[in-house]
Amino acid sequence: MKFPAPIRLATFVLMLVGIVLSAPATAQKLGPDGAPNPTASVIDQQTLLKQVPRVEGRIDIPDPKAAVLIQPAGRTWDYYHEVWLRWGGAIVILGVIVVLGATYLIMGRLRISAGRSGRKILRFKAFERFSHWLTAVCFVVLGLTGLNITFGKILLLPLIGPEAFASVSEAAKYVHNFTSFAFVAGLILIAVIFFRDNLFEKVDAEWLKQGGGFIKSKHAPAGRFNPGEKLVYWLSVVAGVAVSASGFLLLFPFYATDIAGMQIAQVVHAVVAVLFIALIFGHIYIGTLGMEGAFEAMGTGEVDLNWAKEHHDLWLAQQLASEDRQAHPQPSATAAE
Amino acid sequence: MARMKFLCDADRCIDCNACVTACKNENEVPWGINRRRVVTINDGKPGERSVSMACMHCTDAPCAAVCPVKCIYPTEDGIVLHSKDLCIGCGYCFYACPFGAPQYPQVGNFGSRGKMDKCTYCAGGGGAEAPGSAEEFEKYGSNRFGEGKLPLCAEMCSTKSLLAGDGEIIAQIYKERVMKRGYGSGAWGWITAYREDVDVKV
Repeated sequence: MKFPAPIRLATFVLMLVGIVLSAPATAQKLGPDGAPNPTASVIDQQTLLKQVPRVEGRIDIPDPKAAVLIQPAGRTWDYYHEVWLRWGGAIVILGVIVVLGATYLIMGRLRISAGRSGRKILRFKAFERFSHWLTAVCFVVLGLTGLNITFGKILLLPLIGPEAFASVSEAAKYVHNFTSFAFVAGLILIAVIFFRDNLFEKVDAEWLKQGGGFIKSKHAPAGRFNPGEKLVYWLSVVAGVAVSASGFLLLFPFYATDIAGMQIAQVVHAVVAVLFIALIFGHIYIGTLGMEGAFEAMGTGEVDLNWAKEHHDLWLAQQLASEDRQAHPQPSATAAE
Repeated sequence: MARMKFLCDADRCIDCNACVTACKNENEVPWGINRRRVVTINDGKPGERSVSMACMHCTDAPCAAVCPVKCIYPTEDGIVLHSKDLCIGCGYCFYACPFGAPQYPQVGNFGSRGKMDKCTYCAGGGGAEAPGSAEEFEKYGSNRFGEGKLPLCAEMCSTKSLLAGDGEIIAQIYKERVMKRGYGSGAWGWITAYREDVDVKV
């Protein structure tokens, strides 16, 4: 079907207008001799890098990450790892050790004020203790093998030489990778088992108002866990999830991430791990040196009655009440039918 | 002292992959390891450019700085070599490298990486093996540099776009080309690798 004449004329005119208007543009793409100018549309590397974070193109090999030609962020990541992480990590970890040492020197060990009563009450069952120690041992192993990557070549390499250090580091890498699964299992156990007792309650506000017993009286009221312990729990769960998720990405490199994703995963993993180590140093201090009667809670599962009265009075009251109910069940009043 | 560099003239590269084939053949690089690759920018569009990329043998190589076991180091000629005896396959050199030069064979479960392998400038390896020996060839590939030769990728380049040799000399060659034909897309990777550019803007 032939289009009517006015429409054909309009189309033709539009075509002419288009050609005329694009003439200057095509003229730039032609050199002075009329041949196409090969460098007309080319972009140089510096201009490209200002527009995009990295230069990527097409490749013939089936490895997708090889399509990245230049990623300048690599040098930035290297600077972060060699300077910021090393110095920051050293300051945080050594700083925590110094603070805890000063705390011990100034305050000394927190004693049970009334002295030991000699009577015990069960605080942590066997399965709870197993979950804690599984996670704790894995954490120490992972921490040491992980710190070797950042600090090993400064601290350990000068001591044992390059060949021995390389062997140790290779073994450390495999230990770190395989222990991570046990750590994740332990973390899940801890997160689930202690979840309910770590939800914040009204008594926590009172404990905080009394500064945990450091300001006014010697001992503030608390449930099974005081706000300090609850903070350790929640921070550990969050840090544990962060370190596990980023760790899995590092364990399966480029399965789900590109080069930028891998760099970010490593940054998250290292920074959170360093802070996590500092947190656990504080936890270990209080659970061992810092407070008399604390370690046996996780060690044997049983704590001294006076310790429980001074530090977890509400929890002790609940435990004794339920023990009492079990020993002397109330006779149930039969309802009149 | 000569400072060895690579320069891929993107305005001459035709994506023929002769450099890739030459490298794989000369160094008997195993399957899955790609020391050299050709990347095409803006493929099919005006201003398409191809660049051949392996290790640039950087000044202040970030891979050497970040290695947890210090197995990567520069030689007197500026070539960056590494020792496969010390490498633990952690993968950090790949994260730090702006050019994606380190390659790893997959040796086990998860993404377990084996010993890092990369372009050696056809200068053998950084380990304890004797230069030019069979043991060195098995681990690192050929040692042409010890015989006074340049890398085979540059020697085999069909258009002489990939230049290898002393930095001053190849910069001079590139400058002459640019003055003849006009400034194209520049010396790819030189600012990132060597912290300098070929001064060609006339």
